[in-house]
This record gives sequence, C-alpha cells and structure tokens, in this order.
Amino acid sequence: MKEVAVIGAGMTQFGELWNKSIKDIFVEAALKAIKNAGVDHIDSMYVGSMSSGLFVGQEHLGAILADYLGQNPIPSTRVESACASGGAAFRAAYFEVASGASEIVLAGGVEKMTDGADVTDALATAADQEYEVYQGVTFPGLYAMIANAHMHDYKTTREQLAAIAVKNHSNGANNPNAQFQNPVSLEQVMNSTLVADPLRLLDCSPVSDGGAAVILCSMDIAKKFTDSLVRVKGTAQASDTIALHSRKSLTTLNSVTNAAQKAYKMAGVTPKDINFAEVHDCFTIAEAVVYEDLGFCEKGCGGPAAIEGRTAIDGETPINTSGGLKSKGHPVGATGIAQIIELHEQLTGQAGKRQVKNAHIGLAQNMGGSGASCVINILEAK
Amino acid sequence: MISPRYHREIPQRYRLEAGKCKGCGNISFPPRMVCPVCGKNDFEVVVLRDEGKLLTYTIIRVGSDKFSIQTPYAVGIVELEEGVKVTTQIADVNFNDLKIGKKVKLVFRKIQDEGKSGLHCYGYKAIIV
Repeated sequence: MKEVAVIGAGMTQFGELWNKSIKDIFVEAALKAIKNAGVDHIDSMYVGSMSSGLFVGQEHLGAILADYLGQNPIPSTRVESACASGGAAFRAAYFEVASGASEIVLAGGVEKMTDGADVTDALATAADQEYEVYQGVTFPGLYAMIANAHMHDYKTTREQLAAIAVKNHSNGANNPNAQFQNPVSLEQVMNSTLVADPLRLLDCSPVSDGGAAVILCSMDIAKKFTDSLVRVKGTAQASDTIALHSRKSLTTLNSVTNAAQKAYKMAGVTPKDINFAEVHDCFTIAEAVVYEDLGFCEKGCGGPAAIEGRTAIDGETPINTSGGLKSKGHPVGATGIAQIIELHEQLTGQAGKRQVKNAHIGLAQNMGGSGASCVINILEAK
Repeated sequence: MISPRYHREIPQRYRLEAGKCKGCGNISFPPRMVCPVCGKNDFEVVVLRDEGKLLTYTIIRVGSDKFSIQTPYAVGIVELEEGVKVTTQIADVNFNDLKIGKKVKLVFRKIQDEGKSGLHCYGYKAIIV
C-alpha cells in the first residue's frame, strides 16, 4: 500500500448555525479544505454523517453533497458508524488513496442537529433499540451507568470527572472554531443540572451543527502541495457489543483497546510515543475511560490524570487540546474529521495558543455508541 | 415501537425466553442466530429466572418524550442468576435505595405506549427485593 498524507483541512464554526443548512455547512468546510490543500480537483469523496435522515430528513447524502459542492460526476459516498462516522469516512478515504485507486480524496463529516428533530431519540438510535432504548435509556444514561460503575470499581470521584470538563473548556477557549469559548470552573460543573446521575449538564457534549473536511493524497505527490507533510502512520477500527450490558466489563471499552493495539502496531509505536491525543469525550467519563484504555495510564487513573494536570496542554500527554467534544462541540458526523484537523494543526505548528510543544505524533480516537465501534488514527509530522 | 416489531419480541419481553447454545452452553438474551462465544448456530429455548443483582444504575432526569410522564426514573444493568445481563428500569424505588450489588427481581410491567395508536407495550422492570 502507498503511504498517505493529509495535505489540507477546513472546518466551519461549530455551534448553533441557524442560518445554514446541512448542505451549506458541508460545502463551506469542503471548499476551505480544498483551498487549504491547494488541489485543483478531487477524485472521490466520503462523508461521515450519523443520522441526516432523522436530523433533517435527508438521506443519499453522498450524492446531494457532491452535487452542491460542484463535484459531479465523481464518486461520493456517505459513511455511517454512529458517532464514529467521521473517523470511518477518513479510513475509507485513506484506503482509497493507499490502494492507488485514487490520487486525491476528500474525507468530510457533517451534522445538522438544530433543525427541530428530537435529538435525544435520534442519538439513541446508536444503541440497541429493542433492548436498551425500549427500556427508556438515553445516551447520557448509558455513560452515567459507566460512570457509576467506574466510581464503584476505581473510586473515581465527581471532582475528577468535573476536572475533565474544566480542562476541555480551558482549551476550547483558545479555539476560534469551538462552540463554547468560555472557561468553566469546577464549581460550575459540579453544580450544573443533573442529566443522568452522576452526570450533569457540563459533563455532556452539546448539540451542535458543524462540518469538517480534510484532503488526502499519496506521499509521492504530497510534496507538490505542501512542505508541512503530515503522514497517516497508523489506522485501525474495532467493534464491540452494541449493548453496554452485554460486555464482560462495564468500565473497559474493548473496541478502544482492540483498535489501539492494531493502530499502535501498524504505526510501530507505543502509548509513550504519542505526544498528544484527541479523544471522544462525548461525556467526561468517556475521556477518563478512553485515556486508560489507550494505555496512557493504568486502569482507574483516568480521573486522577485530569485533576493532576497530566492531560493539560503542558502536561505529559495533552488530551483534547481542541476543547474536545465538550467545548468545541459535537456535530456527530463531523467530530471524527474535526479531530484529524486538530492533529493536522498541531503537527504543522498552526495551533496558536493551543500549540503543544514537540508535537510530532498525534492520535485521534473516535467512537460510536457506548463504544460499539471505535476508530483510531495516528498521524505524524514528516 | 410499531406493532409487528413489538409482536416479534413478546417471547423475550413477556417470558424472558433466551437461547442456550448447544455447542458451548452460553446463554444469549435476546436469542441470536450465531453464538457470540463459540460461533455455532444451534440453540435451545430456555426461560431465564427472574432474580439477579444490580451491576450499575442511573437516574434519567432528561428522557425521551415517550417517558416524559415517568421522568425522573431509574434504570440499571441487572445480572440475572444465569449470568445474562439486561438493561431495565428499576420500578417502585426510592432513589436513595439504589446501590450497586442490590438484589433485584424482574417483574412484568407496562413499559411505554406505541406512537399514535397508544397501544400499550409491556416488558420487564426490576424491583429491589
């Protein structure tokens, strides 16, 4: 397979974009990425979207977005893997370039969540409809049950979870594309409204509109477009049971450990070689569990890591320098691509106040449902 | 929950029917066509016992519209005696009594109403014993 580079990136502001349709949002992000990469054409495109059908009543998204991006007749396919749709779209684009089938491919993601759909019900379709959702479980509810089990097994505290939200808001305050660019205090998180005990409003990522896109090409031709080369060093995906209750452990996400092992092996690295990471903090507890399951620390220390500053921008492994899903926003299908964009900005030294020192290798972890699918990509500055 | 779908699931929801793999003995609930442990596809129907313990729980304070009349309500993951785990509401409970490890029993209850027709949909909920 050919080596693959990410040569350009573009995204919209994340937030409540009342005046923009799903088409406007995607086209804006894609045009920015194409311009940023400096390419005169793309050969193919993949779009991650979790549930455009439920959110805006529009399926056949690949076709409609290629049409509005002025890209007919190139092939265009929508990729769905719940909240990991963006990461899965990136992998599809990666393989198309790596195989040599196409030279230049766009990987994008988009979600329009504020057009009036019942967001709680739409998001719940990522869980088992018949044996979880039927009983009245919501997504905050599923992660709350992980949180209670984690607190029981590892003595994780409420303060430790709150510290994750505080850290991510602090990072997001320096991200001009973030939905929330305001810091929050530990007290604000701890006193925010209960959503599903023990998770409170400020433990939860928001409902967001947004789009993101990156351009991939083979390393052979990447030098024609940029001097700041970013290579895809490892990519992996893994699945787990759709229902949280079917798992042996409620506090370890096997899709994360399995995808991580494969991605580390492909990249020829260990967790110690990762300089920084974007992880799927749909809820604060998710960041704690994923941090552990990526192998950055022993099981049970995901909570302490945040409150002790080990995951801060100047910590040993900065996590979610973009602000994460919590502060940057979580337009579901766009999230996996927006994580790649943060890696690209960090690896090319364009992250401004959020810039991590010595950022050579970054990892993006994007997951669907309560961890039934997980995509991990490892990128390296060349 | 539309009627044909609801009707198909009655054996599981009303009677806790599960599939026991004739190859390795693993019990799948709901029944499956492929055993997730050994990969075989030969099962016998077994009826689960209704007693178990609470592995984790939460109190849903922002729920789906379907459950608005019940909100807030408790849900949890229950491990039944056969080792099968299910997600279920915990009914008739003082929230202060919720604790990991508590013994529970599954009981037959109304779960929700079907969309426009208002058809009652039943199933299991847990109560603390």
